[in-house]
Amino acid sequence: MARLTPDNVEIALEIIGRYPRPKSALIPLLHLAQEQDGHVTDEAMAHIAELVGVSAAEVLGTASFYEMFKFEPVGRYMVNICTNISCQLMGGEELLEHAEHTLGIRPGQTTADGLFTIEDVECIAACTEAPCLQVNYRYFHRITNEEFDQLVADLRAGARNDIPAHGTLARVRQRIPVDRRAGVVTPEDTAQPVWLAGSQEAKS
Amino acid sequence: MSDTEAPAVDGVVVEINGHEVVARKGELLIDAAERAGTYIPRFCYHERMKPVGMCRMCLVEVDSGRGPALQPSCMIECTPGMKVDTESEITKKAQDGVLEFLLLNHPLDCPVCDKGGECPLQDQTMAYGPGESRMVEEKRHKEKPIPISELVLLDRERCILCDRCTRFAKEVAGDPLIHFIHRGNNTEVNTFPDEPFASYFSGNTVQICPVGALTASTYRFKARPWDLETTESTCQGCSFGCRISIDSSRDQIQRFSGVDIDPVNWGWLCDKGRFSSEAVNAAGRLGEPLLRTASGLAPARWSEALAAAAAALSAADPAAIGVIGGARLTNEDAYAWSKLFKGVLGTDNVDAQLGDGLPAEALLGLPRTTIDDLCAPGGTVVLLGPDPKEELPVLFLRLRHAVENDGVTLLEISPRRSGISSLAAVSLQPRPGETGELLRALTAGTEADRDIAGIPVDRVNAMRALLAAAAGPVKVVLGRSSVGESEAVTLDATSVLLAARPDTVFLPAVRRANIHGALDMGLAPGLLPGRVGLDAARDWFGSRWPSVPAARGLDTTGILTAAAAGRLEVLVLLGADPLADFPDARLAERAIAGVRTIISVDTLLNTTSERAHIVLAAAGFAEKAGTTTNLEGRVSTLSQRVTPPGTARPDWVLATELASRLGADLGFASPAEILAEISAVVPSHLGLTADLLAQAPDGLVLPIGATSGLPAPVAFTPTPAVPAPPVDAYAFRLVATRKLYDQGTIVQAGPHLSGLAAGTSVRVNPYDFDRIGVAAGGTVSVRSPQATLVMPIHADAGVPRGTAAVVVNQAEHRVAELMNVGDVICELLIETTS
Amino acid sequence: MSSTEVPRIITSRFDFDDSHTLARYEATGGYGALRKAIAMDPAAVAEEVRSASLLGRGGAGFPAGVKWGLAPAEVWPRYLVVNGDESEPGTYKDRLLMERDPHQLIEGVLLACYAIGCGQAFLYVRGEMALAQERIAAALNEAYAAGYVGRNILGSSFSVDVVLTWGAGAYIVGEETALIESLEGNRGMPRLKPPFFPAAKGLYMQPTIVNNVETLSNLPWIIDNGGAAFAALGAETSRGTRMFAVSGHVKNPGVFEVEYGVTTFRDLIYSPQYAGGIRDDNAIKAFIPGGASAPWFFEEHLDLPLEKVTVDRAGSMLGSGAIVVMDETTDAVKACLRVVRFFARESCGKCTPCREGTTWLEKILRRILDGYGRPSDLALLMDVCDNISPGIAWPPKQTTICPLGPSAVSPIASAIERFRDEFEARITQADENRTSVPVAFPKAVSHV
Repeated sequence: MARLTPDNVEIALEIIGRYPRPKSALIPLLHLAQEQDGHVTDEAMAHIAELVGVSAAEVLGTASFYEMFKFEPVGRYMVNICTNISCQLMGGEELLEHAEHTLGIRPGQTTADGLFTIEDVECIAACTEAPCLQVNYRYFHRITNEEFDQLVADLRAGARNDIPAHGTLARVRQRIPVDRRAGVVTPEDTAQPVWLAGSQEAKS
Repeated sequence: MSDTEAPAVDGVVVEINGHEVVARKGELLIDAAERAGTYIPRFCYHERMKPVGMCRMCLVEVDSGRGPALQPSCMIECTPGMKVDTESEITKKAQDGVLEFLLLNHPLDCPVCDKGGECPLQDQTMAYGPGESRMVEEKRHKEKPIPISELVLLDRERCILCDRCTRFAKEVAGDPLIHFIHRGNNTEVNTFPDEPFASYFSGNTVQICPVGALTASTYRFKARPWDLETTESTCQGCSFGCRISIDSSRDQIQRFSGVDIDPVNWGWLCDKGRFSSEAVNAAGRLGEPLLRTASGLAPARWSEALAAAAAALSAADPAAIGVIGGARLTNEDAYAWSKLFKGVLGTDNVDAQLGDGLPAEALLGLPRTTIDDLCAPGGTVVLLGPDPKEELPVLFLRLRHAVENDGVTLLEISPRRSGISSLAAVSLQPRPGETGELLRALTAGTEADRDIAGIPVDRVNAMRALLAAAAGPVKVVLGRSSVGESEAVTLDATSVLLAARPDTVFLPAVRRANIHGALDMGLAPGLLPGRVGLDAARDWFGSRWPSVPAARGLDTTGILTAAAAGRLEVLVLLGADPLADFPDARLAERAIAGVRTIISVDTLLNTTSERAHIVLAAAGFAEKAGTTTNLEGRVSTLSQRVTPPGTARPDWVLATELASRLGADLGFASPAEILAEISAVVPSHLGLTADLLAQAPDGLVLPIGATSGLPAPVAFTPTPAVPAPPVDAYAFRLVATRKLYDQGTIVQAGPHLSGLAAGTSVRVNPYDFDRIGVAAGGTVSVRSPQATLVMPIHADAGVPRGTAAVVVNQAEHRVAELMNVGDVICELLIETTS
Repeated sequence: MSSTEVPRIITSRFDFDDSHTLARYEATGGYGALRKAIAMDPAAVAEEVRSASLLGRGGAGFPAGVKWGLAPAEVWPRYLVVNGDESEPGTYKDRLLMERDPHQLIEGVLLACYAIGCGQAFLYVRGEMALAQERIAAALNEAYAAGYVGRNILGSSFSVDVVLTWGAGAYIVGEETALIESLEGNRGMPRLKPPFFPAAKGLYMQPTIVNNVETLSNLPWIIDNGGAAFAALGAETSRGTRMFAVSGHVKNPGVFEVEYGVTTFRDLIYSPQYAGGIRDDNAIKAFIPGGASAPWFFEEHLDLPLEKVTVDRAGSMLGSGAIVVMDETTDAVKACLRVVRFFARESCGKCTPCREGTTWLEKILRRILDGYGRPSDLALLMDVCDNISPGIAWPPKQTTICPLGPSAVSPIASAIERFRDEFEARITQADENRTSVPVAFPKAVSHV
């Protein structure tokens, strides 16, 4: 329940510095906040508002549009089971039902131990691998009920180090070395790009 | 994308329902159709905001050459040859469909909705809507109205998500504190948790809401539209002159709404103005005159009160009569008082201002600009005055629009960062007392080579370059940005600018309601009605008035000084409250204690009138007809909507009554007769007849008639430089500004506004805050040569180092006690109290 | 994922385990096209792409070279935005390209920026694709270090930063103007076109080219081999190769790169080298030819080639290359409801007909499925559809800004027209006078 940590502020400022307008960094910064706390806190949104120079209401307006952002605590593992058309045809709804039974919760709920939240989600682009699911946005293809139960058991046993806690997406961050940076191009930079000088394109 | 291809033409011929219509170039179809008499229904479109095209109600079939297709007419510009059918089957089907969709989840609780009877959704539904819903499933449910601020409530069930309120907040007011949140069918408008919609302009969202989703706390369940009687008038919350409509029922004011006039307010109002409707019906309104008795003020008969007042006035030497106030008055009232005091009694100790503005010669004598000219595209505006957001809020909206949309360059010179600083190309904060020095550097032929008035040299030169690059006349918003510093500093700065750029024009930004009308009517020392000097117009008025004062009299500071010295016999307060407003509270206190008779003419008792000897109950706003004059010099009408409380009388009646008791006849018996006299006698107002005003719903900017053969108008005389006081490293220079919500009558008389006056603390730069060594939330002693106050202190990066900012006229801390009216600046010592 | 005579243009490295690394990419000719291009006039690079007649692979199928040419001359800066927000139900190919060959995409981005004169590029990856984000971040870090991206690329005057950015769960952001809104930090609500055609008024109101991941992944091959070589593949109006995902009731669901415009639906669904036929050798009931937004096709459409114009004329679209096969056991009402639910959930809420209409359609369908349908409901469904998409025609007309709302009409119109009997069978307890529904329907789902 917090504002961004000093380390994360440093990352946030670097991210903001990549965009021509600070507000463009909003979604990446909200992900950063979610990575920090597992969900997006009001304090973090207020902090992000300060960092990018908009109102907290504007941050909430953007954040609440996107369903990956959670404003209340969720499980350490967010289990997203696809039931959209390709998965539905291949048993996605039955898999969801099985997951509800195994975990004893309904979509949107979190297990009492705080480990699992399940969601009935829309297409996650693994249609040929139906039925499929994601745990913290890591894919599991062509999942059977037995495989699901094994996955849950492994997660409970702490045997899946490859899946970080909810909030962490890519474990590699883009880093633009200072000496390699081409630089942000803002709408005010109205000069023609130098490599076009003399090009036919430029004359057209 | 075809902008460059189309030749510049004045009109674009389009065909709407088979009729040729000439649209303006770039005009939206929805507007062109409306001008031609075809109203296309809409919910999200609002002519003062950018179109978003999201409600889809204004879909019509448009054929731009590739066959007819449904297009939102609020997003489509007219192009030559466009054929439009607003009545085709396909158009009607689409519009009916949208209306049905909007009603699916609308609660239809019209019988208990404030908007019922004036609701665009209700009107559309009654006119074209389906008889019953085809949806048998349950509607969306949300918690019924939630307060989103002290003044506005939100019912999310009624909301149709048109984006008007949210667009207004972001686009017009610049306060994006309400926003769409969630998505799709779950979308709603809301605030951030625990961060209310605390905008000075929040009431506008209630007015533009096309359903009853946003309601005003002052108006909920108070009236039904069909019971309301409506009159247009002009807001008297400040001197900007917003046009309003006044709604009343059962002889009670119910609400004010903004009226859209191009040259002034575009339909917008600030919340102080809008919700000052409550002040009209305020508890404590005076319905009868009062006379001081042994046990205090007691009700009296009018004959007694007027006789007492006349006796006091006739017994006094004219030079020992002082008159303060007049901004509350109509022009007609002001003229009547002016004629009484100057033309009958012969005193020139008359001042409508309270030592917190600028001399009348400056306000009337500088070349004046209009709001529209000030905000004209591409211009350069210098703000050398108060924070418009706090003192003239709708001017702030106009300036904000000019900067954001019309390429106006705003240069701010203010003692602390203000509500408009973020819009300024450069905002400089000179040390109090040194603004003149800054202006010298800004207008010098060469760049500055050192820091000026505490401002880094590069910042000075940044503004200097923008000022030098300004094409055409520079336009200045001129006023007193801080009453902690002498008016001489502002006048010096003005003189410097005018000398360097003689074509500079000014918008005088003194804030009290009809202050400009009062000055026009001569309620200032050395002036007579018509923006003319006593001597220049002596002959003119000598033949039109009973008499003219012999010599220039005292201004408010002089009157109070005389009173404090026991030299004043009668002090007349025309709605003035010097104990609260005069920026030297200790002098005001000695003056009130030292004067023999105080006559207060007011609508409510205030701190000064409570100590008066004679109180004459006056009719207030919306209780009398007349005219008013805004800061541009625009004369517009004021209307009577309700009867005054008890036997309270308009000021002009009181003036004529007093005159007759003094043996004079002012020569008029109605506001109309006064206006007729004004239009015949007052040089600046010649020809301003009631008929002409009736034909000018936007009002008229003076002068409108001949200007030759008249007494010379008063002119601004450049003033000498004010030497910058030496910097005392241990002292803080006082900056005293105003907030919109204060202890003034309009705010305090309304139950919903009174709580919004936030009080004051002393604010210093974080650097100074650390230097003082006080804990956050602590208190300090603030000591000036006049007084010591113990106040809370806060760090504020908007306050420059070495200055201390306070807000005047707030409860608890009477910061006016710190100041000595004659001083150039007020120096303070700030120490911890422990 | 195999093909015989036709070259694999964009999936050529998919068989390598380390296909995502710079080492593998360079070892297989990677960044050769960039070297080649930098020695060329930017206009010549653009011309090479134009000559390839590469159709956009995002869904609308607009020619990429033509799209580039729509940017107004002499207006700078221009931006390139990569649409990696793959989320059309049934679609699975951009994720593969991002996870398996991120350098190919990056090289495509660089070629485009060089040719068009974009000063900065933003690679917008769908929020839910953590691995793709990770692989692209790692690839960009490698490419920056190797001098392929950033300042003075390969020692030339060409400089551009490619910024990885990512979404957070909103299908509508796949629509290019909504994507731009999202990239500006806003709610992903589409802008009206005109006036907001991205090529003229896009990101920060500057000219902006929005290209799909698969589209850009083709560029290195085109520059290496020439536009003519690309255009020599495929059919008259659909050149090159294209990736198709075949999912649903087939024996061998998968993603296949095939020659565009030549292969037929029957080939793709039944050929052993592709999807291998219907599961259990059942009969085919219907198939969606181009993602959930597309009207359904049936048995009689199987011999149509996978070719844009032909499919458009037949009343549907190839869209995002997503073929979803339903066999005879499929419940048409249930499938229809599932697709409609998707659009109702994903409506951005901007336009009234979509926001209110899609949710209403879902409620009606759910009621029918739950046994509370009324005989009048089918006409009601169609009339609500008509108020979202007047005339219920193809290509769809719309009362909305973007095509999301009308997309919800496709499954309903398709299913009711073809399988009306199944809907009517559901409406057994007809009671026209029922005004309320005797079950609690789920209230609107909150996203918070």
